[in-house]
Amino acid sequence: MSKRPVPCTCLRSATSSKYSELDKIIELYKNKEGSLIQILHLAQEIYGHLPLELQQYIADSLDIPLSEVSGVITFYSFFSTKPRGEHTIRVCLGTACYVRGGKKIIERLSEILGVGLGETTKDGRFTFEIARCIGACGLAPAMMIDNVVYKQVNVNKLESILARY
Amino acid sequence: MISLTINGKRCTVDEDLTILEAAKLNGINIPHLCWLEGVHEFGSCRICVVEVEGARTLQASCITKVSEGMVVHTNSEKVRKARKVLYELLLSDHSKDCLSCKRNQSCELQELGRTLGIEETRFNGARSDYVLDSSVSITRDMSKCILCRRCVTVCNEIQGVGVLNAQNRGFQTVISPAMDLPIGSVNCAYCGQCTVVCPVGALKETDSIQDVWNAINDKKKRVVVQVAPAVRVAIGEEFGYEPGERVTGKLASALRALGFDDVFDTNFAADLTILEEGTELLTRVKRALTGKGAVLPMITSCSPGWIKYIEHTFPDELDHLSTCKSPHTMMGALVKSYYAKKIKVDPKDIFVVSIMPCTAKKTEIKRAEMKNDGYQNVDAVLTTRELAAMIKEAGIIFTELEDGKFDDPLGMSTGAADIFGVTGGVMEAALRTVYEMVTGRELPFEGLHVTPITGLEQVKEAGILIENPLPYYSFLDGVEIRVAVTSGLKGADQLMKDVAAGRSPYHFIEVMGCPGGCITGGGQPRSKDPQVRIKRLKGIYSEDESKALRKSHENPYITMLYDEFLGAPNSHLAHELLHTTYVRRGRFNELCNERFTVKGGIRKPRVAVSRASLSEDKNRTQVARMREDMESIRVLALEAENTRLKSELDDTLETMELFKKVISDYIGKHK
Repeated sequence: MSKRPVPCTCLRSATSSKYSELDKIIELYKNKEGSLIQILHLAQEIYGHLPLELQQYIADSLDIPLSEVSGVITFYSFFSTKPRGEHTIRVCLGTACYVRGGKKIIERLSEILGVGLGETTKDGRFTFEIARCIGACGLAPAMMIDNVVYKQVNVNKLESILARY
Repeated sequence: MISLTINGKRCTVDEDLTILEAAKLNGINIPHLCWLEGVHEFGSCRICVVEVEGARTLQASCITKVSEGMVVHTNSEKVRKARKVLYELLLSDHSKDCLSCKRNQSCELQELGRTLGIEETRFNGARSDYVLDSSVSITRDMSKCILCRRCVTVCNEIQGVGVLNAQNRGFQTVISPAMDLPIGSVNCAYCGQCTVVCPVGALKETDSIQDVWNAINDKKKRVVVQVAPAVRVAIGEEFGYEPGERVTGKLASALRALGFDDVFDTNFAADLTILEEGTELLTRVKRALTGKGAVLPMITSCSPGWIKYIEHTFPDELDHLSTCKSPHTMMGALVKSYYAKKIKVDPKDIFVVSIMPCTAKKTEIKRAEMKNDGYQNVDAVLTTRELAAMIKEAGIIFTELEDGKFDDPLGMSTGAADIFGVTGGVMEAALRTVYEMVTGRELPFEGLHVTPITGLEQVKEAGILIENPLPYYSFLDGVEIRVAVTSGLKGADQLMKDVAAGRSPYHFIEVMGCPGGCITGGGQPRSKDPQVRIKRLKGIYSEDESKALRKSHENPYITMLYDEFLGAPNSHLAHELLHTTYVRRGRFNELCNERFTVKGGIRKPRVAVSRASLSEDKNRTQVARMREDMESIRVLALEAENTRLKSELDDTLETMELFKKVISDYIGKHK
């Protein structure tokens, strides 16, 4: 009846330095119910994406099933399980931008970047996505890189825009 | 008590009932699908909708509580139409190959369709991509899943394992382990409770029937079969008997009629387990009390679902487990050594089949430790459901069989072995023997039943005071042996947290992986009777009480086995054949490389599954399948190209129109 009082720590000890930033966040939210999304949110901010290994670490720290963590991650499109580029390009394909040639921008961008929609460039600089209306219909066609909106884009402007990053 | 009106009938019912329950009590059946009494009350499928006067929308009757003066219509035109549409929508993303489905005629979705009078399926939309994922124990066929989430509830709330959960969103939703990992590679205990509650053919045991037929048909093989105690009070349900009705004699006859050469009883090995495990317990307690140090509490190891669970969840506590193998693998080891020598047959020609109420045992026999002299202890495990299917397939009319008997020498058992099938049983059987070994007197309980640990509660405990022991056991004088019993992995988790923290007050703990023990194991018949557990439990206890011998150490064939072969309990040979070791696995399987995925068990057909696999030549089918896949990919590519060209054409036409307009404007201005 005499045993070590510690639960399994194999994962934790192997990767403690790697996830030390996350540990602080988990410590903060650990005993609050319903804080998983918040933790995932912050974790993605720190590490860029949420790979299986990180999901396991979070599941282990919070003592909840891994399938629950991955269930939440795969439910929300904001969470990504694949590495993301340094910058995220979102080309608007809302009605106005669609009509004013959003599709051509996408075609040209994917030529320049060499990747398709939802993918990340090989050098890890850009993740290429579409957005459904960013509320800039008067400036169509529009696109966003990170938090900056580019208005009335056309295919000839693209290279000079990308050159800024 | 409150009163309400259902279909014009005034009813007075308890106020905490749902509309569904209130209607049932008053003779009105509301068709439902995902609702499962006491398990899943969640309202996910909406089939049970009813009209409540004053409510804006139809209400799911399984989760809406009754209230005073409520007026409910369960059978209005609006309700019936809604149910049909809901049902047809469920069908629109369900593979409708019912005739070749394992659940044909035992499918709740099929039955519901008949109840609702469905004669057409109007919605033929897209079908979601699906996964066929097989582990050694459990097969997931997600083309049949209707997302009712009963399995999710059982896995998370009842068992507390949480391997299955909804992944992705909307049309892409799939019930699956995390990140589409194969079920054979995660911390699933293979308890099989999900396969019991699945209303359709989406979750089921991985089939072993053909392997067993092959062995029976192989003239060179001596095919030995053994039956677990819990099977005999449940298999009757597949042939129209009441739950809990004992059909032991007929079961033995049916096995002989199927063509098995020897029909043995796992009960014999259960008696043997008691002697091995009881001796181990006394050794550990003695070492602890005499200051030599021993790991206590000792925990039972009969339930392979529990074993896999502890290996994943508490990999540092494995030395608490008794080193005894589970009874059926003990039996397998004995058949291929002791019995093989007796009948002068080479163990390589012996094929051992276990009939088990369990899906986890299918994985257990594939473990590297369950081998002796290079031979697997047990070669195939059939669940109770699978055996019933074989009996039906063979055309054996079960109800008309004469009562048969198990074969000697490995078919004789005492009542103590029977109760292995129910929670608290192993503990009671062990106490019957250990108490008598220590004191020379019978266990001081009426009918030998240790009443505090009988019944279906999640965690039970008892203390037994040892007074005036035999001289050899004087170190136990005045000691209270404290025991705990739990069934279901959630209860196990509770007890284990204390064990891991070093505050567990017990000497001996019994854990069964399934709630209620083996009587409601993952391989047992699916029952609609809410009383099924208590009925099967009573069946087990009456089987015990019907026996002349009710203590394992009284079994004469066990004595003979020790005299002729093993020597003594926990002897060197006994350790070699009947004891085992455990594997540290970790929550994410990170501590070990052993996996239980069936080769090629995971498939993700994108368009339609090719049925070419019926052909004899495997290579040819594979080529054919590849060609079909290639063709479907080409068709898809062509279609995509087509759409692209069309949209380009539209764009060009639009631009032309614009230009025309601009030109005509220009001309207009310059006139």
